[in-house]
Amino acid sequence: MESVKPILEFKKTCVSYTKQTMAVKYVSAAIERNTITAIMGPSGCGKSTLLRAVNLMHNLYPNIRVDGEILLNNENILSMEPIDVRRRVGMVFQRPAPFPTMSIYDNVLSGYTLNGIRLSRNQKEETVEHCLQSVALWDEVKDVLNKKGTFLSGGQQQRLCIARALAMKPDVLLMDEPTSALDPIATAHIEELMQDLQKEVTILIVTHNMGQAMRISSKSMFMYLGELVEYGNTKDLFSNPKDERTKAYLTGKMG
Amino acid sequence: MDKLKIRNRLAKDKALLWTVCLLATLTAVPLFAILGEVFIRGYNQLSWSFFTEPTPTAYRVMKAIEAGTPIPGGIANGIIGTMLMLGMAVIFAIPIGILCGVFLAENAKNRYAQIVSYLTDLLQGTPSVIIGIVTYIWVVVPMKGYSAIAGSIALFIMMLPLIIRSTEETLKILPSSLKEAGLALGGNRARVMLKVQIPAAFGGIFTGVLLAISRVIGETAPLMFTALGCSFVRFSIDKPISAVPLLIWEFFNDPYLQELIWGASLFLLLFVLILNLTAKYLAKKWNQ
Ligand SMILES: Nc1ncnc2c1ncn2[C@@H]1O[C@H](COP(=O)(O)OP(=O)(O)OP(=O)(O)O)[C@@H](O)[C@H]1O
Ligand SMILES: [Mg+2]
Repeated sequence: MESVKPILEFKKTCVSYTKQTMAVKYVSAAIERNTITAIMGPSGCGKSTLLRAVNLMHNLYPNIRVDGEILLNNENILSMEPIDVRRRVGMVFQRPAPFPTMSIYDNVLSGYTLNGIRLSRNQKEETVEHCLQSVALWDEVKDVLNKKGTFLSGGQQQRLCIARALAMKPDVLLMDEPTSALDPIATAHIEELMQDLQKEVTILIVTHNMGQAMRISSKSMFMYLGELVEYGNTKDLFSNPKDERTKAYLTGKMG
Repeated sequence: MDKLKIRNRLAKDKALLWTVCLLATLTAVPLFAILGEVFIRGYNQLSWSFFTEPTPTAYRVMKAIEAGTPIPGGIANGIIGTMLMLGMAVIFAIPIGILCGVFLAENAKNRYAQIVSYLTDLLQGTPSVIIGIVTYIWVVVPMKGYSAIAGSIALFIMMLPLIIRSTEETLKILPSSLKEAGLALGGNRARVMLKVQIPAAFGGIFTGVLLAISRVIGETAPLMFTALGCSFVRFSIDKPISAVPLLIWEFFNDPYLQELIWGASLFLLLFVLILNLTAKYLAKKWNQ
């Protein structure tokens, strides 16, 4: 396990919204390349907060403090330019949020537009087709690429958002309850998709659905009140939790 | 017992409904009275020549009165003047107003932005006649003469707060997820604003611009101090120029030209009405 160099490493990461309290407390964990790591825990335990620290979303709000280190390929994210970090760390939000004024086609390419990167026509068509293929959306939308992304169903919109993030070829993909707004069929689609994506990208996913964590992830984290209580192989964590709090959560006695 | 209660409630419901209807009618009465008055008096003056000819000269008016024919001439000079000044005002007010609105929306918690926001409210509430006299001191006096430029500066100042406000408000009600999604893709704030937030807010901003235009198009007082008026069609921006509301005032003061008042009023009223309806329609369409 130690032989593989981690792609992402939390080192005593802390996040606080106010001076008095910490929402994330001294989290340390190493994430291996090309794995899916599930982050679980009761509501309000700091899962989203931890996730949003990785792509420096907290920088947008001057009152939020992030301390400790987060290493991406051994480089501390917290001292890097947010723009550089966000290009390498994609994010998919809980509610699908395709850009409402852009077509499906433009939505997929929006990362390039927003970074001021010009692509040739061929590159554009290739990127769009490849990314939509990899989220299994291509066949459904290839004839309506010029329609607005908001015309799609919720599940399709979420896959479009994943495609949009993948188009930037990120090293890490952060997903904050990406399927909680979707029906079971759309959810199954996206779970399947994540399995395939593992080859290209390292995924960190927040989920409330233990079944989902078990199905897709190889590693799991359990957080409680801002602390990382337990982190290990998903199988071990579910079958043989070491901490009482994890056990209580998994058996439904908490959260 | 129970039946009585329900009957009571239904009666109350009915009474409320009737009150609402009555009040709605009461507010509609002045509007329709004005529309009716202007329309009835003005519609037979509207003809092709009314829009293509300038204010008639005294000589032509005399001739017409002698011959017993209707007063000739129209409001072409006013229409051209109004469009010219509005055009210049809008060209500057849109970018500056939007920039200010963006600044205020993006820095809502900034002390300085809060002050600017408050000043915007004050500017919006400033009587137009004061904007006119101040523009006179600032522009007409140094330029040694009334001009379309001075008029458009007065209109620009009046439009600015409306555009700033509508931009700010529309940007503020956009879900923050939109901005975050844009930034999460690595865009910088300026690009995310330009490519994501402003397009999404376009409907509201555009509506604000239309409302700002309809607000100032009928302004008379500030133009009296700045554009002054002119009896022929003119396109130069450094000379006095006419405007439709100025013409209405001039017609009113000239016993021979009073017949033209209503045509000019009707034109102005229809223009504002169409702008407002377009704004409403666009706002509705954009929100779907
Ligand atoms: N913008 C904010 N300002 C202040 N406190 C916040 C803010 N966002 C979250 N918090 C607090 O930080 C803590 C962690 O919140 P977070 O959103 O990370 O929880 P979560 O684990 O994602 O919960 P959920 O499962 O409900 O999404 C909570 O106690 C919450 O009240
Ligand atoms: Mg959350």
